[in-house]
Amino acid sequence: MNALFSAGPVREALISDLIVGLVLAVGLGAGWAARRNEIWREALVGVLRRRRYSVLVLGIYVFVALLDSVLWVGGTDSSTSSVSDKVALQEARSPLDRAFADSSEKSYSAPLSRVEFYDVSALARPGAHVFGTNVLGQDVLYLTLKGARVALLIGGLTSLIAIPLALFFGILAGYFGGRIDDVVFFVMSTLVSMPGILLLIALIMALGQSTFSVCVALGVTSWVGFCRLARGETMKLRELDFVAAARSLGVKDRVILVRHILPNLMHLVVITFVLMFSGLVLSEATLAWLGIGVNGSWGQMIAQAKDELSRDPIVWWNVVAAGAALFVLLLAINRVGDALRDVFDPRTRGEKL
Amino acid sequence: MALEVEGLTTEFPMSGRHVPIVDDVSFVLPEGRCLALVGESGSGKSMTALSLLRLVPRPGRVTAGSVRLGGRELRHLSVPEIRHVRGHKLAMIFQEPQTSLNPVVRVGEQVTEAILLHERIGRSAARKRALGLFERVGIPEPGERFDYYPHQLSGGLKQRVMISMALSMRPEVLIADEPTTALDVTIQAQILGLLRDLQREFGMSILLITHDLGVVNQLADEVLVLYAGRVVEKAETTQLLSQPLHPYTRGLLDSLPGRRRPGERLYEIQGVVPSPLDWPRGCRFCTRCPEVFEPCAEQTPPLAAFGSEQSVACHARHRERQGS
Repeated sequence: MNALFSAGPVREALISDLIVGLVLAVGLGAGWAARRNEIWREALVGVLRRRRYSVLVLGIYVFVALLDSVLWVGGTDSSTSSVSDKVALQEARSPLDRAFADSSEKSYSAPLSRVEFYDVSALARPGAHVFGTNVLGQDVLYLTLKGARVALLIGGLTSLIAIPLALFFGILAGYFGGRIDDVVFFVMSTLVSMPGILLLIALIMALGQSTFSVCVALGVTSWVGFCRLARGETMKLRELDFVAAARSLGVKDRVILVRHILPNLMHLVVITFVLMFSGLVLSEATLAWLGIGVNGSWGQMIAQAKDELSRDPIVWWNVVAAGAALFVLLLAINRVGDALRDVFDPRTRGEKL
Repeated sequence: MALEVEGLTTEFPMSGRHVPIVDDVSFVLPEGRCLALVGESGSGKSMTALSLLRLVPRPGRVTAGSVRLGGRELRHLSVPEIRHVRGHKLAMIFQEPQTSLNPVVRVGEQVTEAILLHERIGRSAARKRALGLFERVGIPEPGERFDYYPHQLSGGLKQRVMISMALSMRPEVLIADEPTTALDVTIQAQILGLLRDLQREFGMSILLITHDLGVVNQLADEVLVLYAGRVVEKAETTQLLSQPLHPYTRGLLDSLPGRRRPGERLYEIQGVVPSPLDWPRGCRFCTRCPEVFEPCAEQTPPLAAFGSEQSVACHARHRERQGS
């Protein structure tokens, strides 16, 4: 367990790429299944029609994240001469890394500037840094784009942990009631009665700080809300005639749960996933501010840039780039989530937006 | 296979007491016949049906009596055994076709799955069977309707789908819980006709649960009138409709429009069914009965035979018979 959570940076990067792949596979699989089902196809078309720009923006984020998730070793980059670049050639690098290879400066430079920010010496690549460079001379656009993958990883992996957990316990508690319900409800009440951020910090400390431990901690603390929802909805479905009809035909409880309860919760799963996703990315930013976030996240960029804001002249592009990337992603996700809710809500289904 | 029910009692805990919602109900449903359970809402009709299948919702419990199907006691079967009986021997169709089908699964698939549940045949064979059933229950263009979702079908078609699902395993006894209540009158007649034809064709028995005496007249051979969980009258259909004995049955029949001259006010039974917590100690109908006298509130009238094809639980009738 601990070996997984405290794996070296390379191994962590590789595992996290696998997880990005997994998140994407789940997404594509769901999309493919939805294509064959009229209700879902209609919903997807409805969302696309209402929010085509938000969906496009999300698509761009996913594309960038993918660009940073395909790694291979080596390359034809023979022009470099520095030792560090030679070492870098031995590492697995993504297309994004390759595109921004050789983009380092010595220190700060303002966006599109031709000279360094403080000592006004010439840059290695004048005018090439759209968002400027940070204190280490790294291109901020590059770091911002790399953040997309981290955000997708945090939101995706955490949802993959939290939603199945919530569904499993919610359905069991709602369907069987009695003792099982008491136990699940007790666990949920205990979890929500603890201050969330303290619990998160404690969990991350216990698991050791890494991307996975942050995701696991976020997952463990964020499943309660949806679990309640799933439990309540299951209690409602349990009383419906089609469940009674299935029982009167001799269907087993297990089959009823999988065939009759679960499919009727799927619209909630999708809506929750989308709305939860943005909340999780935000939570990570909070954690990063406290110094226990995920490496390379926008939250971390913002946290690192907070002192730069008090300098004179002010170094503003770090925080603006990361903040804007975060803001646009959350806005797009929330708008898609809104549209999804409208599409699934029979009261607003007919409306054209 | 005959269904024999004796002394069936189902209790629910209410305000610290165990209240018998179904109280000492007995009947025999011979093979190939149709028996109707008639009564107002809350009289225990549906609960009787659920008790037969052992599907009484918690915290209710069947506490006494026996349910025998072809001589086999259902109350003592193990869970897998009773599951096999459900659907296979005893199938049920419900009142609301709108909610009896899973809204997110295609109707054809739902019937196919019901078939696969109890039989080891291939998916395509099951599909073919389901299509045959669709055709048999009168669903037009079954091939096309097969891939519809429930919301794309009308109430009548949905009920036909439900019937085909219940029939998919060729049950011995079909329990029809108000099968036509949610449908409009023309569709109602079609569904009743269908049930009658299917009963003859499959040789099933039907346990019909209804509050509609018109439906009883069309389908049932024998009628059991329930009031507040108890059987108050039992008779052949024609006998009951022409010569009801219990004041409650008389009230029910007198409240039908067909029995009055135009312009005349319809009869109504005073009051409402009392809550199970307020059931009187004696005859449970005594609070609303026009013929009530001394023993009614204190003593429970026994269900006694009255002629060869009728029995009634009423002190007034018993006294009349002794007097004559």
